[in-house]
Amino acid sequence: MKATRLISIDDLDAEDLALVLDTAEVMDEISARRIKKVPTLRGRTVCNLFLEDSTRTRLSFDIAAKRLSADVMNFSAKGSSVSKGESFKDTALTLDAMGVDTVVVRSGSSGAPLQLSQYLDVPILNAGDGWHQHPTQALLDLYTMRSHFGHLAGLTVTICGDIIHSRVARSEIEALTLAGATVRLVAPDTLLPTDLSAWTDGGNVEVITDLDDALGDSDVLYLLRVQRERMHRAFFPSTREYHRLYGMDARRLAALPDHAIVMHPGPMNRGVEITPDVADSPRALITDQVNNGIAVRMACLYLLIAGSEVDA
Amino acid sequence: MSRLLDADDIRRALRRLAHELVEANHGADGLVLMGIQTRGVPLARRLAANIGEIEDVEVPVGPLDVTLYRDDVASRPPRALADTRFPVDVDGTTVVIVDDVLFTGRTIRAAMDAILDVGRPDAIRLVTLVDRGHRELPIRADHVGKNLPTALAERISVRLAEIDDVDEVVLEAVPTHDPAPAGESGARA
Amino acid sequence: MTLMLKGGRVVDPTRGHDDVADVRLDGERIVEVGPDLADQAGDEVVDCAGLWVLPGLVDLHTHLREPGFEDAEDIATGSAAAAAGGYTAVAPMANTLPVCDTAAVAELVERRGRDVGLVDVRPVGAITVGLAGQRLAEMGELYDSHARVDFFSDDGIPVTDTLIMRRALQYAARFDAVVANHSQDMDLTEDAQMNEGRMSAVLGLPGWPHEAEEVMIARDLLLAAGLGARLHVPHVSTAGSVELIRLAKQRGVRVTAEVTPHHLHLDDTVVATYDPVYKVNPPVRTRDDVLALRAALADGTIDAVATDHAPHPHEQKDQEWDHAPCGMLGLETALAVVVTDLVEPGDLPLLDAVAAFTTRPAGVRDMGGHGGPIAPDAPANLVVVDPDARWTVDGRALHSRAHNTPFHGETLTSRPVHTLLRGRFTLRDGVVADPKVPA
Repeated sequence: MKATRLISIDDLDAEDLALVLDTAEVMDEISARRIKKVPTLRGRTVCNLFLEDSTRTRLSFDIAAKRLSADVMNFSAKGSSVSKGESFKDTALTLDAMGVDTVVVRSGSSGAPLQLSQYLDVPILNAGDGWHQHPTQALLDLYTMRSHFGHLAGLTVTICGDIIHSRVARSEIEALTLAGATVRLVAPDTLLPTDLSAWTDGGNVEVITDLDDALGDSDVLYLLRVQRERMHRAFFPSTREYHRLYGMDARRLAALPDHAIVMHPGPMNRGVEITPDVADSPRALITDQVNNGIAVRMACLYLLIAGSEVDA
Repeated sequence: MSRLLDADDIRRALRRLAHELVEANHGADGLVLMGIQTRGVPLARRLAANIGEIEDVEVPVGPLDVTLYRDDVASRPPRALADTRFPVDVDGTTVVIVDDVLFTGRTIRAAMDAILDVGRPDAIRLVTLVDRGHRELPIRADHVGKNLPTALAERISVRLAEIDDVDEVVLEAVPTHDPAPAGESGARA
Repeated sequence: MTLMLKGGRVVDPTRGHDDVADVRLDGERIVEVGPDLADQAGDEVVDCAGLWVLPGLVDLHTHLREPGFEDAEDIATGSAAAAAGGYTAVAPMANTLPVCDTAAVAELVERRGRDVGLVDVRPVGAITVGLAGQRLAEMGELYDSHARVDFFSDDGIPVTDTLIMRRALQYAARFDAVVANHSQDMDLTEDAQMNEGRMSAVLGLPGWPHEAEEVMIARDLLLAAGLGARLHVPHVSTAGSVELIRLAKQRGVRVTAEVTPHHLHLDDTVVATYDPVYKVNPPVRTRDDVLALRAALADGTIDAVATDHAPHPHEQKDQEWDHAPCGMLGLETALAVVVTDLVEPGDLPLLDAVAAFTTRPAGVRDMGGHGGPIAPDAPANLVVVDPDARWTVDGRALHSRAHNTPFHGETLTSRPVHTLLRGRFTLRDGVVADPKVPA
């Protein structure tokens, strides 16, 4: 792999992206074994630096590192680096002094992993930063789609929901376009960035106002979590109206092509962006996404740490 | 560059190796051939075909990628991982590791670990087309196609029709700082 | 004893003068200006051939951080930065601790400036007590104080209450004082972190729409127009704001406006680094905005370049973008940025550029006689600039206590060589003089 960090999907080119997904297939096979462990990263230390709560993502990285036999150091603290009484640089230097081989960082602040990378020589793996990026989520979603369809190029993926606040959406859009898929965004205008030109200029991303217009030829319907609190700041009038206009229910499921699948990064707001019958239908691959997360994160850890001592 | 084995030599060596394996195993029962990626894989398939002809049975054969078990992961650029597929449950079988060139023994150590991670075979055997010496671990092959003593500065290249469009084994001098391409066992790794 | 600045290109916007001349000083005053002045016995001659001789620069918008935030800057370090940047008068903002909302604080700041003696310090008074936007500060007392405060601002905190803003304008009119309101609609900028647009969409930072500045400017312009009061618009950052001010000026509204060097230079693509050194309020905008601001400075819609020099200690800036404070250093790089970006490429005549740093800001409020002219009997507040100096900005080499310059590593053209405050060198051969009274 050419990338030496995974902070944003931007760090990957199409070849790297394919390599991650191919490697994840092998990792998936390991997870199916009786002994779900390989010695690959024995003696290596992975630091999970979680500056924002996220049990699910942390556990997924934790398991991934352990299946590769890495030692895992969990460093959790809420809030900014300085509110912990330590400057950003000091946090980085502390990790450096501990001799970690890679840092998996999660932060509520967009850009924090990139800032951290200025101070650390080891590969940085972004486990989600603010509204900015969540690259491993996008990669596991692409892995799920590729496993299901056998390919990514040519797929039409409709992403519906709270795009402006979503790091998942940003990574998803960039990863899908990199893989040659077409992306459609459906959301109330209040939940879309006002200027989408960075994505739409490439020609593979378009905005569709009405969800019903997007269903007929979507291969994947990707729903984003909508926080109920948003309605208090007038992003939309009510969860009821949101559900009516943007919620995935049985009627809309039936309007999708027969081969189409439904995905969601979790945690779901059942009854808002998705009804329970859709969430639990065989066409929703939501638990596959969670399972695939481990294999994809194993692949990312392996590819970033393996070869990290090769002089370029 | 000089050719050490040609296509006929390789064909005859594999034929003999198949006979040796069957003889040592008292038949083909319980044999599972695991070819080490990349050139061990077609060798294992050919061996399996040879054994099949001798014993009139179908011998299970599968590919084995040992990358994740290597002891030098950090110092080699990461490459695409190849398939690993055990054709049967290995518990109680005799797993035969098939490789093209036996050199330091480190690959075989990794292969044994990979096999033991998925089950408990009764025995693990090693078959190699070429043994070029320079072992770094206490490992030896049970069956060797051809012993080819070499200098460290030389490189043995096994080429197989399935991958390289030709069957031959050649000896080359290693140019300094030339990274060994796939299928060439020169670099001490 | 007299001092002769010999053979420099004397640029004096008050007289429209831009030609080679000698300038003779006697004590605190200029006594003679003209070509080829005869040397007099006892003259100390400073060779200014190839250099510009300009009125001392005037900054309407500075943060010296004293009292209260001396870990970032104090009046001595800030004055040194000002002298190094060619300034002879600066107007520190009221957001100190305590806030400059009483005569006592204003006089303390002004006196401390005089004690240091490197730059004249002309404090800005708060519009409201404690910058809280509720009750008017005692503008009359501030105006009548020794600090002669005739310019009021709550700095980075907008007066959101339209009635309070209107009353402030009304009340200040008694002294013909100027009210400068930070133009930011707080509702539109809830959690905002950077300019809203293409970059914020990609970077996942909450956007700060240009309208948030423009609606506030529009409101204040309407209020000022209705009252005939004097409004100053600080750090204009959007093309839309420029249009509003242009229109208001055409209609005779008594409005003045300033732009910062960083808004003239940087656009929001720099935020992709997530380096908080680029975090500032108002945020750096798009390239189109930058071009509109340059045009507005050139056509006079924007009166002055003001630095909004805002030091922050490194540990405050060295954190996540959304936790870092807004603000950047400006005093030592301001003139060079404008020369490099506008004068050198020929987009702004030198005389106009100098006016934007001197006569025009000095016309916005009482800056104590700074800003020219370069003429007999005028106070000898001057800066001599090497127009050909190419220098690479090093944040740690600047005189401010903090290092948060967004121009670190950039190579700029032109640099002050000498600064004279009432005939005394505050900067000589690039070296800042010692403070008169140390801290």
